[in-house]
Amino acid sequence: MTRKIRLTVNGQEHERAVEPRTTLADFLREDLELTGTHVGCEHGVCGACTVLLDDEPVRSCLMLAVQADSRRITTIEGVAPAEGLDPIQEAFWAKHGLQCGYCTPGIIMSARAFLREHPTPSAEDIREMLAGHLCRCTGYHFIVEAIEAAAQALRSSGPGRAS
Amino acid sequence: MGAKYFGASVRRKEDPRYLRGEGRYVDDIKLPGMLHAAFVRSPYAHARITGIRTEAARRLPGVAHVFAFADLERWMKPLPLFGAIPPGLAARVKVTMRQVGQLAMCRDEVRHVGEIIAMVLASSRAVAEDGCERVEVDYEPLPVLADVVAAGEPGASVLYPEWGDNVALAFKTGFGDVEAALREADARVRERFVIPRYVGMPIETRGVVAQWDPRDGSLTTWNGTQVVHFVQQGLVAALGLPPSRVRVIAPDVGGGFGTKANGYAEDLLIPAAAIVSRRPVKWTEDRREHMMGSAHARAQVHDIEIAARRDGTMLAVRDRIWVDLGAYNSWGIVLPYNTVAHLLGPHRVPNLDVECRGIVTTKTPNAPYRGAGRPETVFAMDRIVDCLARELRMDPAELRRRNYLSQADMPYEIDIPYRDGNPLVYDSGDCKASLEDALRAVGYEGLRTEQARLRERGIYRGIGLSGYVEGTAIGPYEGATVRLDASGHATVATGACSQGQGHETSFAQIAADALGIPLEWVTVVGGDTAAIPFGVGTFASRSAVNAGSSIHEAADRVREKIVTAAAALLEAAPADIEVADGMVSVRGAPASAAPLASVIWAAIPTFAKPGVVPPDFEATVYHHQPTVTYTNAVHVAVVDVDPGTGAVKLLRYLVAHDCGKLINPVIVEGQIHGGVAQGVGGGLLEEMVYDEQAQLLTGTFMDYLVPTAMELPAIETVHLEYPSPRNPLGIKGIGEGGAISPPAAIANAVEDALSPWGVRVTRTPLGPSVVLGLLEQAGAKPV
Amino acid sequence: MKPAPFEYVAPATLDDAVGALAGEGGDAKVLAGGQSLIPMLALRLARPTLLVDINHIAGLDGLRESAAALEVGALVRQRDLERWAASRSSLFTEVLRHVAHPPIRNRGTVVGNVVHADPASELPALLLCLEGVVVARGPRGERTVTADQLYRAPLTTSLAADEVATSVRFTLPPAGAGWGFAEVSRRHGDFALVGAVAVLARDAGGPVSRARLAFLGAGGTPVRGVAAERILEGNEPTPARLGEAARAAAAALSPDDDIHATATYRRRVAATLAQRTLAAALARCGSGA
Repeated sequence: MTRKIRLTVNGQEHERAVEPRTTLADFLREDLELTGTHVGCEHGVCGACTVLLDDEPVRSCLMLAVQADSRRITTIEGVAPAEGLDPIQEAFWAKHGLQCGYCTPGIIMSARAFLREHPTPSAEDIREMLAGHLCRCTGYHFIVEAIEAAAQALRSSGPGRAS
Repeated sequence: MGAKYFGASVRRKEDPRYLRGEGRYVDDIKLPGMLHAAFVRSPYAHARITGIRTEAARRLPGVAHVFAFADLERWMKPLPLFGAIPPGLAARVKVTMRQVGQLAMCRDEVRHVGEIIAMVLASSRAVAEDGCERVEVDYEPLPVLADVVAAGEPGASVLYPEWGDNVALAFKTGFGDVEAALREADARVRERFVIPRYVGMPIETRGVVAQWDPRDGSLTTWNGTQVVHFVQQGLVAALGLPPSRVRVIAPDVGGGFGTKANGYAEDLLIPAAAIVSRRPVKWTEDRREHMMGSAHARAQVHDIEIAARRDGTMLAVRDRIWVDLGAYNSWGIVLPYNTVAHLLGPHRVPNLDVECRGIVTTKTPNAPYRGAGRPETVFAMDRIVDCLARELRMDPAELRRRNYLSQADMPYEIDIPYRDGNPLVYDSGDCKASLEDALRAVGYEGLRTEQARLRERGIYRGIGLSGYVEGTAIGPYEGATVRLDASGHATVATGACSQGQGHETSFAQIAADALGIPLEWVTVVGGDTAAIPFGVGTFASRSAVNAGSSIHEAADRVREKIVTAAAALLEAAPADIEVADGMVSVRGAPASAAPLASVIWAAIPTFAKPGVVPPDFEATVYHHQPTVTYTNAVHVAVVDVDPGTGAVKLLRYLVAHDCGKLINPVIVEGQIHGGVAQGVGGGLLEEMVYDEQAQLLTGTFMDYLVPTAMELPAIETVHLEYPSPRNPLGIKGIGEGGAISPPAAIANAVEDALSPWGVRVTRTPLGPSVVLGLLEQAGAKPV
Repeated sequence: MKPAPFEYVAPATLDDAVGALAGEGGDAKVLAGGQSLIPMLALRLARPTLLVDINHIAGLDGLRESAAALEVGALVRQRDLERWAASRSSLFTEVLRHVAHPPIRNRGTVVGNVVHADPASELPALLLCLEGVVVARGPRGERTVTADQLYRAPLTTSLAADEVATSVRFTLPPAGAGWGFAEVSRRHGDFALVGAVAVLARDAGGPVSRARLAFLGAGGTPVRGVAAERILEGNEPTPARLGEAARAAAAALSPDDDIHATATYRRRVAATLAQRTLAAALARCGSGA
């Protein structure tokens, strides 16, 4: 029933046997105990489980763990330096871009990829990207401001910081 | 008290862990040997259970246990009931109330889709679900009650035969002579408004983990709840254990909004399963379960009439209200009476006549959700006020201006009791000032000019207003223990628990100021019954006032103890001791400054000598809050409506509000933004839809539509600060307010945009199909 | 909400994939992007016994563009097409913006979306409007199915259970053609309540030489607005004629009710959106699609 997979998560290689029906989200949380990736709906709408698959944001609840074989995954645990926060996290902190923190990891993963492609986004661009994530606490207002601030911080800190 | 932190927008202390993915929510808890639970839930709205067969499920590899009602019968006592009628209310209003406690698992009858029939414990959640599919249940369908108005009529099938009808709660109240006022009025307007079912919908679903320790017969349960002490009381009653053996912990909780302030079957079933299986058990609600099993909300019908003089002076309001309670009336007086107490809001109305009935239906039970009766009643009132404005050919802002209460009216009594039985007396605020500030900030006159100009180009813009006065911070109490460690750092324990509101920061601001220590030295612990024995919990915009006042007072007492110790150590008069930034000094003698830790160490006995005072740097205060304090606000929505498609675009949203003194202004704004977003959801998108068979049609996030960043504009805020005289900090609650007015403001804006057609908006959510339906009803061409 | 158990294979060749599908007697499903299939598995609405993951098959990942057509292989993600379109096709860019959200488009394939056959989805209507085809491989070899012949019912195509859709081919609008796209959805990224996509070409300021119109969310399948196309082709595109065409196309629709919109709404708004997209297409004529 199980199948062996080998993948890299946050720079570390893992080999595990998984059931085909196990989603990547459950694999990350249960098998690797990386519980920063949150599960809010298990049908691909809320965006809380968003991780980077080879640097592109994807829903980890809409991917089977077996499909992540030989791929490279980045989760929220792989974002911050050992101490402190990365510029996007820092901007969310400074701008009160989170309340309960449940949707936050998914949004930060999407924002990383988004800011790499859109270094000078408009508020409307940010909102269109954010539409793939449900937040029930903030009304998005301060999240938009946080991403604007993060864009600015990344621009002034030079290229490559969000990659 | 120095106010170094109070009033400052300091960054939240809890954020770094959330941002790094290091939050710890219930589903993140993993214990050795843990079993996973899944539930068999009713697919019928109302049916008799004639048989349950669990053998096939038990045989499935990986399944450890299957339990139905009979298997856990010793613990299957009715779940806790809330909303008893307080004496002060009973003395003034005759309330007929019936309550039946829900059983954690159905015995022989199901009363809504999603009610629990059996529980499967297995090695993984997936296997537990496989097991659930193998449980066979025989049902004999019974008549359903899908429509609240019909369910309240004579002749409807009866859900609880012993009642004789479906009316779980009924009362009439009011003052003055409404009949006479109606006769004298120049204008009378009457309409039926429907407020649909929409819900809190936190992004983290509910979850429970339980662990039984047979060594000392104690239970520890982690529960994503807003009310750890209520959950503890429920377990104490059902399991027959003393509270000291039942520890309930709410770790990080991913949003609550009232949905998680309810008592639930799983609160008991998972601990019971852990006791029987002697293994830790986890249940994480999935989104589909959440849709059918977690409390619903709103769902009211109002037949409301208003009467006024030609100049707009309001004379009377009469309202007949149906509250759809769902299948159980576990919240008693709370939702119906909140609705009535908040009906008049900022308006001066001399005559009131209300009849309110809570009706049971075969739908998921309702519970308080952010606003809890207020969004519903404000929808009815602000819609009828706009209808009156149209009738009088008066600008809706002007009509409100002529009837809103001002600071000169405070304190202002509405002659019915509040829900807590105390007189309903607004303590402070200036509704008219909120209105004027809102109109000025939004540029109301300019918007009206622009509206006329745009209309000539075929662009239909609408402006909608809504205002409310909200009783916040209901008591009776919340407690706090403040305790210093040897370094002078403080731990604050309270029964209030955060679901994202930032208690760890706001409460620390209050404590740090009172103690005279840096903010970083304060750790706030909420949501743990082991940290403080008595508590109420976080809901009803109550924590800042109730817990905040206790923290303030307890920290003050600890500071007095520091001062006493420092005075002894520094050989100075207590009145001359200053404590600031974690340093203690004698006034006017900076060289005397010593670290707080040195004072604490001086109190600790050594072999050489006893301490200067006993090392007791701890205080506990249970602040009693007899009645509420009143927040008010005016909201303005600006929309464009496309008459070709019915699509509504929310262009601007502005809130002018008064919640007294602000502890942390940015956190307050965040609370308003979030509330507004939920209210916008109720206005435009969100509804739990049932068909005629009381089948739930909104089972996923594809059907139940939570607003995204694209459906919301930036939210503008204006702060007014009229301190409450009812607590030492002058604060008022702000958790719910944002969610109260948006459905009314948006409905008023949509009706305003479509005024050339003369449409009348009577319900939400205003999806495009509904809006186009209104236009079709009114006739295809603008008039 | 966990899927029921299933087996999983990840064949390296198309023949092996077809063989695996054929061997399961209709109870197997192709897994490519999985953005529609996996939610259905999680809800246990789909219960295949075997998933055939085609992501490891070589040669299915290409985007091949010729003067008249764009061929999109079965492993091309919606995001890849979006990136291709950014510098080449404002029509594709606009349509893809409305397909869910970036994390879904990063994973979801163009072909998967087309053959999933959700009648309210954008790409099937675009394929219909652009007279595209689906290329499929089955035990009896390769065949081509035109968009007109593809859609049978909601989530149902004329492809057999043992056929793998290997690519779709869009016929690119002729140079100088204009396009229009509009949909009404409850939220950005949701499936449309109703929508329309139109392409018009005309002889320099003269009559319409070519008109194509397709609807989404207007029935059990995406629907061509044939009546509108007939009214417009060979005639002057006056506003009155665009209106007449839009109404004629909408009148032929038989949409359904659901909790988000009534059938009446869909029919009426289909006419509105057809008119708007035709007008937009006309306005863009000469400036390119």
